[in-house]
Amino acid sequence: MAILIDEGTRVLVQGITGSEGAFHTRHMLAYGTRVVAGVTPGKGGQSLDGVPVYDSVRDALAEHEIDASILFVPAPFACDAMLEAAEAGIPLLVCITEGIPLHDMLRCYHLLKGYGVRLIGPNCPGLISPGKAKLGIMPGEVFKAGPVGIISRSGTLTYEIASHLTKAGIGQSTVVGIGGDPIIGSSFTELLPLYEEDPETELVVLVGEIGGAAEEEAADWVAEHMEKPVVAYIAGFSAPPGKRMGHAGAIISGSEGTAEAKANRLEARGIPVARTPAQVAQLVKEQLA
Amino acid sequence: MRLLEWQGREIFEREGIPVPAGELVRSPGEARAAAQRLGGAVVLKAQVPVGGRGKAGGIRRAGSPSQAEEIARQLLGARLKGVPVEALLVVRAVEVRSEHYLGITVDRGCRMPVFIYSHSGGVEVEEVARTRPEAVVKVPVPPLEGLFAFRLRRLFSPAPAPLRRELFRIARQLFSVFEKYECSLVEINPLAGTEDGLVALDAKVIIDDDHRPGDQFAGLSEASQDHLEAEAREAGLSFVRLDGEVGIIGNGAGLVMATLDLVAQAGGRPANFLDIGGGARAERVRKAVELVARTGAAKVLFVNVFGGITRCDEVAQGIVEATAGLGLPVVVRLTGTNQRQGRRILAQAGLVPVDTMEEGAAQAVALAKGGT
Repeated sequence: MAILIDEGTRVLVQGITGSEGAFHTRHMLAYGTRVVAGVTPGKGGQSLDGVPVYDSVRDALAEHEIDASILFVPAPFACDAMLEAAEAGIPLLVCITEGIPLHDMLRCYHLLKGYGVRLIGPNCPGLISPGKAKLGIMPGEVFKAGPVGIISRSGTLTYEIASHLTKAGIGQSTVVGIGGDPIIGSSFTELLPLYEEDPETELVVLVGEIGGAAEEEAADWVAEHMEKPVVAYIAGFSAPPGKRMGHAGAIISGSEGTAEAKANRLEARGIPVARTPAQVAQLVKEQLA
Repeated sequence: MRLLEWQGREIFEREGIPVPAGELVRSPGEARAAAQRLGGAVVLKAQVPVGGRGKAGGIRRAGSPSQAEEIARQLLGARLKGVPVEALLVVRAVEVRSEHYLGITVDRGCRMPVFIYSHSGGVEVEEVARTRPEAVVKVPVPPLEGLFAFRLRRLFSPAPAPLRRELFRIARQLFSVFEKYECSLVEINPLAGTEDGLVALDAKVIIDDDHRPGDQFAGLSEASQDHLEAEAREAGLSFVRLDGEVGIIGNGAGLVMATLDLVAQAGGRPANFLDIGGGARAERVRKAVELVARTGAAKVLFVNVFGGITRCDEVAQGIVEATAGLGLPVVVRLTGTNQRQGRRILAQAGLVPVDTMEEGAAQAVALAKGGT
């Protein structure tokens, strides 16, 4: 088991012929992910390392069974591509694209919800169930299979934390990068229930950062609903208010969204908060012991 | 993209939101002439993109054109919260009977625009929300539904009855600004009750950095006061100037923020935030190093890269080329894709990478403090 994806997941790549799409499709294939088809409008009939390319999602679905789609579609067209996949009936979308207009995403999120689709991202590294499947752009060798789930708003910081766990001999069930934008498809509270139910996951690590209140909401949800232990890390204690720290969503507005407020709420709810990425592995070890 | 008040005010005017008569001036002489045209009694407002201008002395009343000239002389060229004042908005003074707050922002939880109204405006709305939560009403607007009147009735339920009609109209106009200009925030604080009706006495408009292309954005630009931040944006780098002495470069926003935090924990102060993004080549790394050096504040440079799509050999190459003759001590932590090649390139240039980011932060802070 794992959550959302495993070795059986059949994957579509939208934007497969672009440089990013092609590069990461090869890496996903090398990792063992079952990439069954790709879509780029106008490029139907081509193939990429043996993966057939179609003009539309419907064309791809006429020939293949597909469980999830990963999108490397440029920002101006990303919502269109997500809706095309949703309308065709693909239940899980992973949108890597960065820079999608906020107002596009506000509409798109609610339209996708109407289709009953689960979206991971946008502006995210994707997700990986180590040893089983990778729908994303993360370096696979950093991860190893095991009992720890990770949900994170950031990319490289997740690799950093996962590598500490892996070096300590602690593997991961599924690692989800939920994205650094203000409007994302799945937040902490929407994924925690899946980990709570996953028999393979024994503990969940939350990697948060400044901006918004998703960490605070997660802290409350964990305290009220979760049996499994949770460990957290928050980035951005030294970030000034009003400045966008890289991610569109990483900004302290007024006094809202500070790292301190998040850490305080998590700790008040009994969730230990690591002070350094390395310390996450120590806390996980203690909790699992 | 945060607009200055006068830019936001122009947008408000275009949408029909009432604003007091006013003019933008850049010299004391212009301030005097503007005050004269506006009838003598005016308010001068420093055009800087920072909050709390009033408390910092950036909003001043003048009873006469000569007083306006005098105040303009004091304000122009001075710094307000560290930002130089280059222009003033001179507006006709109005008699304020009541102050309201009206804003629209994006609620990340429900993923909807949300209206915020308070009949106690003029002060920080967050402060009101904390001390008297019943005085602040929030009403989300589902994006697929549009703006129905019942939501506005709910929003303005605590408003004085005679003002509701006007509030409805201004709320619709403000929502139109929010949508047309693809804002992440629009705010009128205060929205003042005067003898001529409601008037927007301030305009805060933040446009989504990733907005779609459109003619309405022509001529609008970030009111960022910092030329290095502007230059970084052009180069595709995420850069924020801070006030410490440890220069920081990394890949990935979260990792860079974590690096800043480690430096602070080690007793140092970051000079900047700089994310080179994913897949950076040597050239981008060189530009990053140059930007940090040009802050003039960094006494040491700490590069922290976790290679995934980003290749360590490319980063190492960029570091070696950019730091030769830089005159700054450099601490490098380099791990991940092609790390062996990267470390070899560094070694040939006499740079010894540290193994962990904790170690790097400690070493960088020690170097910044003059130790070894």
